[in-house]
Amino acid sequence: MIDLSLLDKQFFQLALVAALLVGLCAPAVGTFIVQRKLALLGDGIGHVALTGVALGFLTGTAPVLTAVAVAVAGAVAIEVVRARGRTSGDVALALLFYGGIAGGVMLMGIAPGGSNAKLNSYLFGAIASVTTEDIWVIGGLAVLVLGVVAVFGRELFVLCQDEEIAKASGLPVRFLSMLIAVTAALTVVIAMRVVGLLLVSALMVIPVATSQQLTRGFRTTMLLAMLFGTVAAVGGLLASTASTRVPPGAAIVLLALAGFVLSLGVGRFIRRGRYQESNVSEAGKMRVEEVT
Amino acid sequence: MSEIAFAMTGGRVTLDGRPVLAGVDLTVREGEVVAVMGTNGSGKSTLVRALLGLRPLSGGSTLLYGVPPARFRHWWRIGYVPQRLAIGGGVPATVREVVASGRVARRRRLSRFRPEDREAVTRALAAVGLSDRAGDSAQALSGGQQQRVLIARALAGEPDTYVMDEPTAGVDAETQRLLADTLAGLVAAGKTIVLVAHELGPLEPLITRGVVVREGRIVHDGPPPQPEGECARPGHEHVHPHAEATAGPLLGWQGER
Repeated sequence: MIDLSLLDKQFFQLALVAALLVGLCAPAVGTFIVQRKLALLGDGIGHVALTGVALGFLTGTAPVLTAVAVAVAGAVAIEVVRARGRTSGDVALALLFYGGIAGGVMLMGIAPGGSNAKLNSYLFGAIASVTTEDIWVIGGLAVLVLGVVAVFGRELFVLCQDEEIAKASGLPVRFLSMLIAVTAALTVVIAMRVVGLLLVSALMVIPVATSQQLTRGFRTTMLLAMLFGTVAAVGGLLASTASTRVPPGAAIVLLALAGFVLSLGVGRFIRRGRYQESNVSEAGKMRVEEVT
Repeated sequence: MSEIAFAMTGGRVTLDGRPVLAGVDLTVREGEVVAVMGTNGSGKSTLVRALLGLRPLSGGSTLLYGVPPARFRHWWRIGYVPQRLAIGGGVPATVREVVASGRVARRRRLSRFRPEDREAVTRALAAVGLSDRAGDSAQALSGGQQQRVLIARALAGEPDTYVMDEPTAGVDAETQRLLADTLAGLVAAGKTIVLVAHELGPLEPLITRGVVVREGRIVHDGPPPQPEGECARPGHEHVHPHAEATAGPLLGWQGER
């Protein structure tokens, strides 16, 4: 059973806030990333961020902060490779990802007090261990991420649809591309404590994939994805209170996936309804034309 | 004195070490309706992209309203319709959302969508005959309808100059006629149009100047050339405009503001 008595406990309140922020931010950024056909960008940044976490342990600074620095640097590197747009970019990205994981494991190994348990808590998330300090960082990043979406959303929409049109509309294409990559990096760090670096991208992609089964527009897709993301994050966290054996990160992602499967069926049903509706209106129009 | 929209001198573009444009001089004055023609791979598409600064020049120079593209600021004056039937992106967007994004060059970063923005979008949708599909997902439309969405997107920006890359390629006869009607309205309103076309079809009577590109060079610049080769063969189907094309319902579109 879901244990609601935990709601009084501070660690659980912090976990809830973290889940809520991740549920809101990850799909908001994810909508642009999926639109840009970069669904795996979050995974790539996640791999690189591991090195940042380990660097924090090695130098004795807060791992969240070093993760931000290294994730942003990784995102910039990925964007530079992508913008070059050559075939070797694919391989260059792969190399960056392997380097990120291997570097993280290596640095963690030589860091004083580094252990596999700590590594695991970043790879797969450890939402119950979120501290007040973490929440301040996560909260700040969340404001930044949602702010970027609110202020630059219109331009990012054009950019993610067609880079040439964006250029021919006088938009600062290079700046916006960098902005979306850096925003994705910040989101990865926010989500890192909740679902872990290996599953980070799940919350950026699955709610969007779920939402687009049901919607026709970009704005509605994004808002619905944010709703789904929040429900999955908070729901998964609550589900994990049922037993200590239920890992919250995995519960959140599996819940999101279940929602996706459900939306496939509902989406088909909705589209069939629309199809009939448009057929009826077409027929009606033809009748009007016959009369006039 | 009419303004000069595009002025390219000695324009060269190299892609992967291969010269695609080999020294092109092209000046387009305001109010001209220029068709850039040529076979596949002749460089015609690269030429119009280079005019907009979308392809960097490896030699020569090009000016947009007298300014190099990198320093050009009045992008609202340009309406670009790319050669692409599929509307990109992995996330659905409604027809209205795509068309409304054509206003982006006219709006400031935090400004709200103003009534004049909304009206321009509504007019653009009506011009391409997609008013009743405004709320539909653009990805769900047919290729010809998607092409119309992209054209409406450019119309919504109310630019002075339109650059269209193969607007008639792969679209049905109805869309071609509709496009001809739309362009006739733009021509009547004194807009500048540069379009890339494999064949002109129903657009032919609107074109004031034909530029033929072959192997990266301009080999003809003057009155639009008559169909030749494949197009002149008997049995080749040309779609001709309606008699009322030039006096179509879109005459005066954007003319009054």
